[in-house]
Amino acid sequence: MSRDAIDQIFIYAKQWLLTPLAHAPDWLVQIGSSLINIFALLGVFLTLFALISVLERKILGRIQNRYGPNRVGPFGLLQPVADGIKMLIKEDIVPARADKVVHFLAPILIAATAILALGVIPYGRNMTPFVIDGGILFFFAVGSTTELAVFMAGWGSNNKFSMLGAMRAIAQMFSYEIPLIITVLPVVMIVGSLTPDKIVAAQSDYSLGVVPHWFVTTPWGAAAFILFFISGLVESNRTPFDVPEGESEIVAGHMTEYSGFKYATFFMAEYIGMFAISGLAVTLFLGGWHAPIRALEFIPSYVWFLVKLSILLFVYIWVRGTLPRTRIDQIMNFAWKFILPMSFACIIAAAVWHYAGRGLAGWLWSLGVIAAVYAALSILLDTRRKFAQRTYRFAE
Amino acid sequence: MTPTLQLFLVVSATLFSIGLLAVLSRRHAIFILIGIELMLAAANLNFIAFWRFGPQPQPPTGVMIAIFAIAIAAAEAAVGLAMVIAVYRHYRTTNVDQLDQLKG
Amino acid sequence: MNSAAFAVISILTLAAALAAATLQKLMHAALTFAVAFVGIAAFFFLLGAEFVGLVLVFVYVGAVAVLVVFTILLTRRDVKKSERFNWGGVFVAAAVFGGLIWSIFKTSALAVAAPQIDSLTVKRIGDLLMSNYVWPLQCVGLVLTAALIGALILVMNDSEEV
Repeated sequence: MSRDAIDQIFIYAKQWLLTPLAHAPDWLVQIGSSLINIFALLGVFLTLFALISVLERKILGRIQNRYGPNRVGPFGLLQPVADGIKMLIKEDIVPARADKVVHFLAPILIAATAILALGVIPYGRNMTPFVIDGGILFFFAVGSTTELAVFMAGWGSNNKFSMLGAMRAIAQMFSYEIPLIITVLPVVMIVGSLTPDKIVAAQSDYSLGVVPHWFVTTPWGAAAFILFFISGLVESNRTPFDVPEGESEIVAGHMTEYSGFKYATFFMAEYIGMFAISGLAVTLFLGGWHAPIRALEFIPSYVWFLVKLSILLFVYIWVRGTLPRTRIDQIMNFAWKFILPMSFACIIAAAVWHYAGRGLAGWLWSLGVIAAVYAALSILLDTRRKFAQRTYRFAE
Repeated sequence: MTPTLQLFLVVSATLFSIGLLAVLSRRHAIFILIGIELMLAAANLNFIAFWRFGPQPQPPTGVMIAIFAIAIAAAEAAVGLAMVIAVYRHYRTTNVDQLDQLKG
Repeated sequence: MNSAAFAVISILTLAAALAAATLQKLMHAALTFAVAFVGIAAFFFLLGAEFVGLVLVFVYVGAVAVLVVFTILLTRRDVKKSERFNWGGVFVAAAVFGGLIWSIFKTSALAVAAPQIDSLTVKRIGDLLMSNYVWPLQCVGLVLTAALIGALILVMNDSEEV
């Protein structure tokens, strides 16, 4: 009983907070409950954003064999406070011939759509902020609105670099939106529902008590997870795909003309987009808030979600510190010629797994399908450049 | 006062006439396309309002028609915009008053 | 169904649609067009068809609005004179509006309140799409493919052709 109490502690806290409204009309209770959900979500994720911004700099620093920020507070952990104060007191410069309304609304819209996407992810048992029947579709609909906001940022600045950066960002984002959705399709197909809660519930079983039935343990699930993760990297404009904010090429792309708090809003929107994609990856492929083995189920569900989310965020930061930036045409080639065919192969592999009985035979057949498509693609897309024979010339 | 079917139909009629206004009174090709999309959306709203307020239980025919209408409208918008770009490349104008070579 | 929500959403949608139809600057019109569609999606949510509302946001705001905005960029003339506004169109639109309103209020069978329905799940729509509506689904797929190829051909550079 006490284990259940720790697991549901936030639900009980919310019900206790709503007791003054016990005799109020129904719509008032609904509004109060939604407001508590929203404030809790904002509180948790803005704190996580502040923490990740300093942890990323420290981890990147360690990868590059140096300390990260370590002056402000113990181990530099109060750095976000210093950054926040700096951003708030900076002068807000708006270009004279910029379109004032569009320029002002663009960072707000980007941050708003990023935060909206966080609302449908199940963070623990019974802890989804808003249960919508087509939750996954809501997530992607909101994500596709981000492109329009990026365009508004680029156009509203009345600056050729901003416009160029916005065009590149939109081209990159919508080329990877299709693979993002198609890699989610096998999961939706196997579960039979678009609701994140049902998708998490479908991954709740264990084989022999130690092997969880997460979708990442199946071959199509693992392939789809890798493709989803790569597409998520592109969607949130992270290195190695951060051409839109390539500092060495087009200043800061669509964020060039933004200073002070508006720039901080763009920054926040990028990180919250990262949290949303990682949260969705955990929900779809890594079993949501379930424990990895049955013996560890006493640990509360939200702790497991946080652990899995942190591992994915660490991989994001690790990839950033390791890989160089790719070119825009390489990014588009990769999307249309490799990721899209592989994601179709994942759908076929998932169907093969289901109809071969979901057991060992299904596992091997679907592995065969994915391996065959991968081998075919690597032969067809031979990207090694054919160099001429190397000649040596020596001074005479 | 809960909204009745008449209120929903009034809203969709208003949306339709605003779309018609955009199609008839603007001379820029892209505005005309915006007007056409608004008219299509008003018709979709009509379908779904009639499905919701109709005698229950009934199959969701209105919803299915709306889904197909959205898909077709997106295809038509894409082709229409491609045509606007192609015309612009030849005539350097997007004013539909000046596209009258087949007239008379 | 909440009448306060209905009032707010209808005012937002109609204001955004009017702005999209009458604003002089093309880019602002395109952006208010996107806002109008978010309003219409909110109407669909109010009517209980959530899947259609989400598809509307996805297709229109995420794709058609971006297409419109790109086309505006590619067909921009830096001419500052504003186009002539055709006032005849206002009369026709007002006449059509009047006719529709008259016919709506004349039909007394339409003054009904919303009956209770069980919510329409995505699973039901998917079942119907694959059983009763499978032929329209395939035809829509063909239409979309044809539109894709057609749009590509229309804007392809014809300098490559010999």
